Amino acid sequence: MRRIVTATVQNRSGVLNRVTGLLAKRQFNIESISVGRTEAEGISKMTFVVDVEDERKLEQLTKQLNKQIDVLKVSDITDKAIVASELALIRVVSNAQIRNEIQGIIEPFRASIIDISKDSLTVQVTGKHEKIEALIDLLRPYGIKELARTGLTAFLRGQQPQVAEMKNYSILK
Amino acid sequence: MKVEAKPHYETQTKPKSGADLLVDALIQEEVKTIFGYPGGAVLPIYDALYRSGDAFHHVLARHEQGSIHAAEGYARVTGKPGVVIATSGPGATNLITGIADAMMDSLPVVVFTGQVARGVIGTDAFQEADVMGITTPITKHNYQVQSLSDLPRIVKEAFHIASTGRPGPVVVDIPKDISTEVDDNPPSVEFSLPGYQPNLKPNPLQIKKLTDAMAQAKKPVLLAGAGIHHGKASEELKAFAEQHSLPVVHTLHGLGTFPGSHSLSFGMAGMHGTYAANMALYECDLLINIGSRFDDRLTGKLEHFAPKATVAHIDVDPAEIGKNVPTQIPIVSDSKAALEALLKNAAAAPSTEEWYKKLDNYREEYPLWYNKPETDMVPQWLMEKVHSYTGGDAIVTTDVGQHQMWAAQYYKLEKPNRWVTSGGLGTMGFGFPAAIGAQLAAPDEKVVAVVGDGGFQMTLQELSLLQEMKLPVKVIIVNNQALGMVRQWQESFYEKRYSESILSTQPDFVKLAESYNVRGMRIESQQDLEEKLPEALSNDEPVVVDCRVLQQENVYPMIAPGKGIHEMIGVKP
Ligand SMILES: Cc1ncc(C[n+]2csc(CCOP(=O)(O)OP(=O)(O)O)c2C)c(N)n1
Repeated sequence: MRRIVTATVQNRSGVLNRVTGLLAKRQFNIESISVGRTEAEGISKMTFVVDVEDERKLEQLTKQLNKQIDVLKVSDITDKAIVASELALIRVVSNAQIRNEIQGIIEPFRASIIDISKDSLTVQVTGKHEKIEALIDLLRPYGIKELARTGLTAFLRGQQPQVAEMKNYSILK
Repeated sequence: MKVEAKPHYETQTKPKSGADLLVDALIQEEVKTIFGYPGGAVLPIYDALYRSGDAFHHVLARHEQGSIHAAEGYARVTGKPGVVIATSGPGATNLITGIADAMMDSLPVVVFTGQVARGVIGTDAFQEADVMGITTPITKHNYQVQSLSDLPRIVKEAFHIASTGRPGPVVVDIPKDISTEVDDNPPSVEFSLPGYQPNLKPNPLQIKKLTDAMAQAKKPVLLAGAGIHHGKASEELKAFAEQHSLPVVHTLHGLGTFPGSHSLSFGMAGMHGTYAANMALYECDLLINIGSRFDDRLTGKLEHFAPKATVAHIDVDPAEIGKNVPTQIPIVSDSKAALEALLKNAAAAPSTEEWYKKLDNYREEYPLWYNKPETDMVPQWLMEKVHSYTGGDAIVTTDVGQHQMWAAQYYKLEKPNRWVTSGGLGTMGFGFPAAIGAQLAAPDEKVVAVVGDGGFQMTLQELSLLQEMKLPVKVIIVNNQALGMVRQWQESFYEKRYSESILSTQPDFVKLAESYNVRGMRIESQQDLEEKLPEALSNDEPVVVDCRVLQQENVYPMIAPGKGIHEMIGVKP
């Protein structure tokens, strides 16, 4: 099962190492991690996308994370209403002639061109995993020279729907 | 060694160095005994210790591994944190086995390691090792002190974390320049750990679930683990077991939490446990696990472990619940608080008479057994003799191997915190230094170290401490001239190909002991033992007893690797 798990942590030295080391040691399969500061001083948030076998493994994952002294809160937000985003930078082979063509492709994705050189341009796109995958697929025929992606980062929407509706809002199901 | 002219320590009012602040903090924590070894990066700390006069009893083990195993023995017997100091680089890396051991066996240990100065960290400086990186996976928590003003708070947190909730080792890495830096304003020691709030009181609803399950159960069994030691809950365990006539089985570390001679005690379960204990786990319909982590040496093949049981698990560490065995009644709590709640909410007593009879019958039918030759010694008999000559009342430490299992089987313990062994990591070399820590923790108790001839040779340099500190530790070497447990597995599972497991060359253990000014003796037969051992065990002198036992003895009964708990072999002669 693919799950999105977030951890709020105290921003002390060693905390990232402790958390990632723990996941490796207990053989959890991590697809991506993103880490960054939050609105609160000294508090960071980690977002993990993990692939776990079953509920029991998932429970172990959250419990083991929770056990760490500097971890304040762990949530599996997969089935909640969330906003979630990744970012990708894609450098594509191009010249003046096909620049417009590419512009046309990326527009529906609300991506933007953030750098242009003689023989290439760089596209920046944010959003859901699937959306980014789709754009990459469309750009591939032009020749991708370089690709860099961040992990997913996410949090709950301001308003949570009734329990019965929740599933519809899940981005991974 | 004592130096007479040390000045008496006064809590100075002058500006203090980091090392002084550390000493103050240790005094605050009421530390009496420190297990340590000096070196470059901790010179300022050792200087502060020197200037502290007789504030502490410093134990200079002859290898850092000895320091930490002694600290573990101390922690196991007192329940208080063992304190260790080592220098940077090799001093710190020599501690690793012990830190990992303390982590696996949940022992409260606080370790201070020196580190190179902040300015050169990361430059491969002389005696630099990445202690944070190395110890992160084997500590409950670790710190590198980044600024002097953090030091007192970190020390306080370290002791708090090591000794509360599920105990464990905490490492504090102190760069040398922090130890020498001077601070005019005494820093604050206030701390808050919002991410660390161990839940100690059971949820009443879960307790109710358990008492309801008890009222239904026909075949309940109590599994007593180390959590009973940590929670100091032996009395409550006994009251609870007696209240409902619940059969009790033990994990290796749970030995002593319930009187071994009690009619409700069915002995140790697991790989070398008793047939009755394992069948109790196999056939039970309600398993109440208190403070055991369902280790694989206990459970055998998981699919055959307590297959018919409703499982209740009381543990202060929620991550242990459901980790290995699916659990229907999870109770996150300190063992004592949970047992108190259970005692108060006693449901109608389940009828266990038939169940008891069945288990009692197993116990009668399949007792521990061995064949006793005419004159030669076998290790099982040796353990029985050690038990009887010490009145079953010694603090027993063991190393790892066959002798450890025989000690567990034949040295029946009646009281808690008298059993010091390396269970989780299975660390050879643990037993003898652990006995030194145990003796320092309990100076008036008889401490017996049961060790193998192999494992003893891993840490025997600590013999120096017996004379130096006048510690009357009794070292019993169960000498089978082999790495016995390895030899046994090679015999049973590798068609007797004894690859590197026979120790045909050995030191003369008697002369070896004597060279450390410790009395040494050799015992080669049953008669020999009956003549010499009672005296050797009863006086107040340390002694090393080289007990020559038959090499071919194997530990039985046994659950072979990959087998279920009901598939024991060697249950009968
Ligand atoms: C540090 C370490 N190395 C290796 C082992 C593997 N091992 C387990 S038991 C054993 C044999 C121990 O021999 P000895 O100390 O003579 O005790 P015996 O089994 O003969 O009683 C070995 C090598 C271990 N547990 N620890």
